[in-house]
Formats: sequence, C-alpha cells, structure tokens
Amino acid sequence: MTPAVSAADLAPTAYAWQIRATGLKVRAGRKRMAVDGLDLSLGTGVHGLLGPNGAGKTTLIRALATVLRPAGGTLELLGEPVGGGGEYRALRRRIGYLPQEFGYYKRFTVREFVEYMAWLKEVPKRDIPAAVQRAVERVGLADRADTRMKTLSGGMVRRVGIAQALVNDPAVLLLDEPTVGLDPAQRLRFRELLQELGTDTCVVVSTHLVEDVGAACTHVVLLAEGRLVFRGTPKELAAAGGPEHVGDSPLERGYSALLQGPGRDGGAW
Amino acid sequence: MSGTGRRGRGGGGPHGAHASSPFLAAYARGAADGLAEDEVWALEAHLEECRDCRDRLSAEVTAGAPDVTALVATVWSGLEERLAGTPVMPHRRRPSARLSRWTTPVMAPWLAMTAGVTLLALLLDLLGTGTGETPFVLLLAPVLPVLGVAASWSRGLDPAYELTASAPRAGLYLVLRRTTAVLAVVLPALLVCGWVTGVTAWQWLLPCLAFTSSALALGGVVGVTRAAVSLVAVWAAVIAAPTAAAGRTTAVLREGALPVWALVLALATGVVLARRGAYAVLGAHR
Repeated sequence: MTPAVSAADLAPTAYAWQIRATGLKVRAGRKRMAVDGLDLSLGTGVHGLLGPNGAGKTTLIRALATVLRPAGGTLELLGEPVGGGGEYRALRRRIGYLPQEFGYYKRFTVREFVEYMAWLKEVPKRDIPAAVQRAVERVGLADRADTRMKTLSGGMVRRVGIAQALVNDPAVLLLDEPTVGLDPAQRLRFRELLQELGTDTCVVVSTHLVEDVGAACTHVVLLAEGRLVFRGTPKELAAAGGPEHVGDSPLERGYSALLQGPGRDGGAW
Repeated sequence: MSGTGRRGRGGGGPHGAHASSPFLAAYARGAADGLAEDEVWALEAHLEECRDCRDRLSAEVTAGAPDVTALVATVWSGLEERLAGTPVMPHRRRPSARLSRWTTPVMAPWLAMTAGVTLLALLLDLLGTGTGETPFVLLLAPVLPVLGVAASWSRGLDPAYELTASAPRAGLYLVLRRTTAVLAVVLPALLVCGWVTGVTAWQWLLPCLAFTSSALALGGVVGVTRAAVSLVAVWAAVIAAPTAAAGRTTAVLREGALPVWALVLALATGVVLARRGAYAVLGAHR
C-alpha cells in the first residue's frame, strides 16, 4: 500500500523559522538601502507585509526570493543561510515567487506557461502535468487552461502568476501584490486560498490593502523606511489605533497610528 | 491513490498470499456476512496493490452482487455526461513551447535577424563589394553571437526575466543552455559563409567564441546587456574601424593573433565558471 505520508514529510525540520533575518540590509539599485537593519522571524502561516510606498516591501521579498543578495546582516531560509554567491538550487526548488511586475509570454497558453515555469523550477518531469493541472485548478482557471495568455483579462493573468508560484508545492510562498487587478469576488476566493495555504506553508504577501490583511493573514508585518515598525496579529494592529487616528476601519486606524510614531512625518502623502 | 494503478502489476504483491475466493465473494456481497473489520482492512490494502485480486473481485461482483453492479452503472451514467464536458488535455505540444527550454520564447525575431544578416554578408562577399580583401564573415563572426546572448538575457526582450532569475534552473545551467542555442543558430550560418568565402574555420571561430564568453564573463559583473553593448563598442574600435580605414584585414583577425583569442576564450570561460552564482540574481539582467 502506498503510504499517504512519507518519512520525509514526518521528519522534524532542522530550523525553527522558515524565514529568519537578523540585521538584514538589502540594496535597491546602487546606493539606496531599501531594507536597513531588519530583524524578522516568520514561521508557518500567512504574513501580511504592509507599509507605505518605498518602505522596502518589494526589495525584502526579492531578497527572500534570493534574486537580490543581502548587503549586510544574515538571512536564513528554511535553515539555509543565504549570503554570498552560489545558486541555491535546492533551496529555490522549495520557494514559490510571484513578482510585482509579472511578465509572461503572450503566445503561450496558460498550461504551457505554467509547464514552462514547472520545468524552470526543476519539478520532476513525470510530475509536471499533474502539478500543472492542480495549480491551474487551485486558481480557478481549469476551463481557460488551453487559451493563449494574450486573450486573458488582467485578473486572470494575475491568477496564472499565482498558479506558477504554487506549481512546485513551495514551503515558502512569496507573493508581491497578488491582489492587484482581481475583482472583489476573486479577492474573496484568493483569501480562502491563502488561508488554506497558510496551514502548512510560510506565506508572505505584500499588499497595500489593509482589509486584505484583516481577512486572510494570521500575522502582520509593518515596514517603514526599511525597518520593522510592528509585528503582531491583525487584532493587535487594530488595537494600536484609537478614534483620533485617520482611517475608515480599526485596521486602517491602527496602521496610521503606528506609522505616525515619533520621528516619522510621512509628508502630504 | 495515484500510486495504486502503477504498482498493481499482478503477481503476489508485497503481502504474499492472495485473497481466497469465498472471502472475496463475501466482501463483494457486503458486510452483512460478518467479516471482521481488520480482515476487511487487510483485504483492501491487498486489493490496492494486486491487480489479479481486483479482477477476481470484479468477477465476483458481477456474478454475485447485481445490486452493486446496478449502483456502479447508475453512478457512471450520471458521471459520463459531465465527463464529456470536461476539456481533454491536448497531447501534442506546440514546437515553440518545447523550444522555450533552449531560448527565451521571444527570441524568434532575433534568430531571423541573425540569419538575414549572415545571408546579406554572404551575398555581399559573393558580389565582391564591401571591405576589400576582408570577408564579411570574419568581420561579423565576433559580434553576431554577442547580440544573441544579450537578447536572451535582456530585460526588455524577456518579459519574465524576474521569474526566470528566481528559478532553480537560473544560473550557469540556463546561461549555458541559452548560449548553446544562440551558437547553434549562428555557427552553422557562419560555417556556410566561411566555406563559401574560403576563410579558415579557426580564423573566425576563435574570435566568435572568445567574444561570446567575454560577454558572459563581463555580464556576470555589470549585466549581460551592458556587457554586450561595451563589447560591440570594442568590436567597432578594434576590428570594424581599422578594417574600414585600412581597407585590409587588421592584425587582430590574422592567423598570428589566434593564440591571443584562445587565451581570451580560456580566461573568460574560467571567469564564467568561477562566478556561476552571479547569473542567478537580478543583476545579470541589467
């Protein structure tokens, strides 16, 4: 009989946190230090990454995806230190990444594109068709799987992006602004998917929509100017704000309260 | 569940003994015959592995349990019309999708351009116009693959560059694959040109490979597109301009310079291998 759970699945992990950063510094471009001395430990669950524009969310996610190398401090992913050169092939096989600017090939069908990504992610050849089908079904695109990507709407393209991030069953899933372009119904469905994934995966979602965080995230990480401002549950974020702060919901009031802390004047925007 | 079909190849299976016929018959008729639960578990575990016993069970069901057969038939008739509506996965993959494992899927225009330039050079050589005694193949050989390598790593030409850079296959593996693809198009075209114009193969092959590997080595530091642009500038200054000015083959393209080209090739290849991790970050796509 085929065992449902393999020994590898049951083996204890050699790390306490899927993502662990101490004093992490990452450059964006040549000079600007977009992430500047960040201490962060993230485990299983859905972590909403919040912050104003230019807070370093995208740079942090790129560093977690190992496409930018840290300029200082230490970063450990799944127990493996990420620092200097190296290709990190084994580590990358266990990471799913949706970049903010999700580029795709217009002439490919959805299935061809996700297959191509599965090949790039070194999914074993015999597992590719099933893994692709599963990923496409999870984002609700099974009926459009064989249409060319240039005929898809913006929200559908975004869902293809989510499907390619899921195709290798990642242990760390990094989604940079995944809800951009999704209509309200799709956003609800996406939140359900996040909650489902968060039960056994470390999901990091960057977003600028505070209500996404309240609905789907187990933890909130608030960044400003490359530093950690707040880390806690959505409830704790809501509790940080009072009626005197700007915002339409408790979460928004908490967000603006924390960003208005001493020495932080955000300007007119 | 998916494993059972693959593993059930008949034979004894890992549990050795097969289920007895009376036992299978009782199982087929249902639990009313008083089978112990642990026996049922053992039988079901065995059935998942053993094709022979599954076939025998199916025969027992058809013979001894008409109500089960009827139930299965009803379920099938309900499912069949829904199955008919499910899109069937296409078996044939388009060739362009398969090619994408070697080049970026947007390389086709560039490849057509290369073939066109090479043909044009050949035509000019045959007509006897152009740069005097220097065949065009010698002039173009270094710079054609450099442009190709740049095209396969450029941000502007590869919309999915960030996804590609984050994949496990990024890095040296993909660099070599894409460079091989570029050379696979450029080299045969140049070979034909060289053969028609009577230039020794080494004379254009070594500069061609040396420029390609230098583009990659430099690309690991400043980004492949920038590296290609600067190498094209070098090509214009060192090869194209002197040839045009003097009207004859410059010293760097004569046979005497071949050891230098070989040295450049070896050095650049060494740099590429040593800095393999540099191609797995966003910097290489600048």
